[in-house]
Amino acid sequence: MPVYNQSRSRVVQIIFISVFLIIVAQLLHLQVFSSQYKIQAENNAVFRKTIYPSRGLVYDRKRRAILENTVMYDLEVTPNDIKNPDTLTLCNILNIDTAEFKRRIRVAIAKNKSFKASVFEPLLSQELYARLNENLYRFPGFTLNERPVRDYPYGAGGAVFGYVSEVDSGYIKNNKDVKYEMGDYAGKTGVERSYEKVLMGVRGVKRYIRDTHGRLQGAYENGSFDTSAVAGKGLHLSLDIELQQLGEKLMTNKVGSIVAIDPRTGGILCMVSSPTYNPQSIAGPDGRKHFAELQVDPRSPFLNRTVNAKYSPGSTFKTIVGTVALTEGVIDDKMTTTCTGAYWGCGRRLGCLDPGTFAFREAVAHSCNTYFAITFRRVIDDPKFGSASAALANFNRYAYSFGLGKPLGTDIPFEKGGNIPVPATYNKIFGPRWVSCNIISNAIGQGEVQTTLMQLANAMATIANKGWYYTPHLVDSIENATDNENHMLDSFKVKHHTLDIPEKVFDIVQDGMQEVMESGTGAAVAIPGIVVCGKTGTVENALNGVKLPDHSFFGAFAPRGKPVIAIAVMCENAGKGAQAAAPIASLLVEKYLKDSIPEPDRKALLEEMANKNLIPVYMVREMQSQDSARKVRQDSLMHIKMQRSKDSLATRVAYFNKGTNVTALNVKKPVSKPAPKNQKAVTMPDMVLSTDTKKAKPSKITRA
Amino acid sequence: MIQNKPISKGVDWFVVFLYAVLVCIGILCIFMVEYKPDVNWVTSFLSGKTSYSKQLMFAGICVILATFILLSDSKLYTAFANLFYVFGIGLMLATFVIGRSVNGSKSWIPLGGGFNLQPAELCKIFTALALAKYISLQDMDFSKTRSQIIAACIALFPAVLSRLQHETGLALVYTCFFIAMYREGLPPKVLVIGFSFAVLVIATLLVEKNWLAGILTVIAGIVGYIMRFQIKRNRMILVVLASIWGVCVGIQRFAVPYIFNNVFECYQSQRIYMAFGKEYNCEDNAAYKKGLGTKAPHQTDDYNVRQSKIAIGSGGVLGKGFLKGTQTRGKYVPEQNTDFIFTSLGEAFGFTGCIVFLGVYVTLLLRIVWMAERQRSTFSRVYAYCVASIMFFHIAVNICMTIGLFPSIGIALPFISYGGSSLLTFTVLIFILLRLDADRQMVLR
Repeated sequence: MPVYNQSRSRVVQIIFISVFLIIVAQLLHLQVFSSQYKIQAENNAVFRKTIYPSRGLVYDRKRRAILENTVMYDLEVTPNDIKNPDTLTLCNILNIDTAEFKRRIRVAIAKNKSFKASVFEPLLSQELYARLNENLYRFPGFTLNERPVRDYPYGAGGAVFGYVSEVDSGYIKNNKDVKYEMGDYAGKTGVERSYEKVLMGVRGVKRYIRDTHGRLQGAYENGSFDTSAVAGKGLHLSLDIELQQLGEKLMTNKVGSIVAIDPRTGGILCMVSSPTYNPQSIAGPDGRKHFAELQVDPRSPFLNRTVNAKYSPGSTFKTIVGTVALTEGVIDDKMTTTCTGAYWGCGRRLGCLDPGTFAFREAVAHSCNTYFAITFRRVIDDPKFGSASAALANFNRYAYSFGLGKPLGTDIPFEKGGNIPVPATYNKIFGPRWVSCNIISNAIGQGEVQTTLMQLANAMATIANKGWYYTPHLVDSIENATDNENHMLDSFKVKHHTLDIPEKVFDIVQDGMQEVMESGTGAAVAIPGIVVCGKTGTVENALNGVKLPDHSFFGAFAPRGKPVIAIAVMCENAGKGAQAAAPIASLLVEKYLKDSIPEPDRKALLEEMANKNLIPVYMVREMQSQDSARKVRQDSLMHIKMQRSKDSLATRVAYFNKGTNVTALNVKKPVSKPAPKNQKAVTMPDMVLSTDTKKAKPSKITRA
Repeated sequence: MIQNKPISKGVDWFVVFLYAVLVCIGILCIFMVEYKPDVNWVTSFLSGKTSYSKQLMFAGICVILATFILLSDSKLYTAFANLFYVFGIGLMLATFVIGRSVNGSKSWIPLGGGFNLQPAELCKIFTALALAKYISLQDMDFSKTRSQIIAACIALFPAVLSRLQHETGLALVYTCFFIAMYREGLPPKVLVIGFSFAVLVIATLLVEKNWLAGILTVIAGIVGYIMRFQIKRNRMILVVLASIWGVCVGIQRFAVPYIFNNVFECYQSQRIYMAFGKEYNCEDNAAYKKGLGTKAPHQTDDYNVRQSKIAIGSGGVLGKGFLKGTQTRGKYVPEQNTDFIFTSLGEAFGFTGCIVFLGVYVTLLLRIVWMAERQRSTFSRVYAYCVASIMFFHIAVNICMTIGLFPSIGIALPFISYGGSSLLTFTVLIFILLRLDADRQMVLR
């Protein structure tokens, strides 16, 4: 027994122990002293899923929900799970061809890998959902997935609500305080945008354990770090949805806008920008297609013509001119002028519609240009200011106090300020020694004066209130609002006063406006039983130097004495104020005050106005040219398609006869037929296929 | 031999206990890896389709096998040791003919019923027995170089066969027999030279080659300076010193690149380089150039090791808790129930758990060494050392592999890793030792 090597046992033990010590040292390093592995493991394994809250609801002044959420369904596909699907049936239900089917599967795999679900067809219509749900067992790998979308039960108010869409990188950068992520939706226009922070709610986060392929394995730490989503808060609008609907109906096939305000609160009752669109159409199935169509529409339906476009207000501006002149004492209500059909005082013709001799009230009623030209000249040439510049500056102070010339500060995004020309502008154009004749067009609301329709409605409200207004706004209150959120509405509770204008002046102006509806330009659309004050406007305009038909304007409030509605209506290129804007405004006022339009002749007027097509000719022409261009494109594409399918017919027949991939396409092969006839039988589905492509492809082009 | 004595007499129950503990930990670890929270584990356990239920089944087979071994006569092993060895070698040779290719290594013999046998694994037992048998020969003088070389050949012959089957990991295991041989009188020189060679290879990987040559020259100069008086007396020392220097530089310059480029396959060279944080260019590899590489080189071949280190490192001091390991549940570590099983333990129970676990292993190893020293027969002692060496090599290499201290080669963690043949092999190894130890009072030559 060799004992001489006994000491080597110790050496072996030392080797064993020292290696283990090295291992322990490395374990100490990895597990105790470095923190990076913990972070890396966390990044590897914890998947944070954002839980989207449902957006806040919106109610109108009568507490009717006018903007809700609904659940729609996406058809999703997990490419790995597809096993012998009935492709042809699915394609028939979705109305796509097999080539498109294969393309979508490829896209899904490229986007989301094959073991993850990706959207195959988004936002299915009710009917499609029902058909798919019934047949879903035939398509393993396909699932229907819930998705909340906006629902517009009244189908009205596109311009009011605006739309939500996916945020882009620019939006994320500009709204860092909210921490948007790619894939989030945010309001882009209208109330959805202005009150985004209220409506969006609080997003929740769920943490999941994720495996090496990105599949979720269950909640992380049993959900103890999860936060739940809090639904967005509701908004109560001052809007009257029925009035809005009627407004939109009346504005069908017209380009223009309507704003109605409650003068007592500044709350907007109705805000129509025409052409409008059904907000549901861009939220629901084919939303993107409709959105793209609307974007290229020459009538620019996404332009909110109530606040984002400015127009010369025309004769409606005479109410302001008259108010200022009466306040400054340069005229009184007894002063008369005679109009012979035109005003020649400045050496050039200023046309007039109604010849005759008028005092102030009749001049307003008949919208006498001569009268207001003289009035305006007296204001500007008022000797007490010394110069036209100083007098204009004084005039502008009045105008500003009516909310003109600068943005009102409504809660509608991108509000424009209009334009009240300042003396400096004229100093630049005419030199320092310009006189009232240089700017005589302003007297009748033409020339450089521009307002938004919102400002015009607000000016009407101010006259109705005899000297004060609240900033027009859509939102009256926010449900369960925090202090911070309530501060969003603070500016709408501040009463704005005009410069000191005696009540008497307003009485005279209102007399004139009442006269308009009783014997003047608006007499045809007087509302039985209601004292309405109104003023028509007929605005000359031109596009690229070509004179176009006049814009039709009308501003009004009612009832006189205790006004509850102030309204402004504008129809582009629709002719005289009395022809389009005035009837529309009077119908809306009647509807609002009486809750219905009882008299048959008024009902007939309503239908007549609703059916009138007053779309400007140049826009119609543009639309037609767009349509025909599209048609040419479609035709040529179809031609190419047909050519191609003819060419490839022979090769396709060969392909099908080989029998490859026939099962994948799920073309029912007529097995029962005898072999010699087989060739003919197989070509049949090919024909079906090629017509299918013809049908599907052009529609895709229009979408693009 | 006294008849009717209980078989339990003389059995080292402490080792049996440690063995049982380790097998249980192993099944638990496999359970952790396979566990899915949304699947009822009781039903999946009873269905027998999961790895942990299979492993439990293997453990049951092991219990039966262990009982048989304990019931057997210890003389059987001494008597048939050489025969076993020949049988094992025969099996390995047969593999070349009837073998089945798994993961690029043709080292499995299909047994039918979905089971495969890896002769290289079994051969460890036979080689241990054969080596013990050879060293314990009555007229053996192990101080003779000739017998040492024969012993080395017995140990390394299966390794060569294994390497030819592209099972580098298993081939390396056979080098551990040198530890046992060292105990029996292999000159320490061999170990020192082996160790120096390893240091030199690693240094070649880490240090630029001209720098390394310079460093070697400086070392030689310093040694020469220290030994200058001895050199004066004996000029031969200078010659030896010079030749050692020459061999070192030669190895560093030519041998190491040759080994990496021509002996190893590209992926192996890559892994070795990776373990030391270097990159290996496959264009230099002869096998790769010829297109013979059985495994394609990966750009991110350190994925396994990186994920394994993340798993262990994220465990921290106390671990994430049983079944709470995110790396494990997310299946981030490949091969986690076989080669990288240690990661699930490290993640779930942290540093504390690892220390306890390693403690069990060290206790077992030292216990075996202690058992070896109490043997009266050389055969038993050599065999015990072989068992300790094999286990030590497996444990050290496997754990070093998971914590990034060693290139990843497929070596199982004894008793823990999933896999029937591995568990059976180690069970047989341990229980033959226990049988021999139980009969330590008998002089078995």
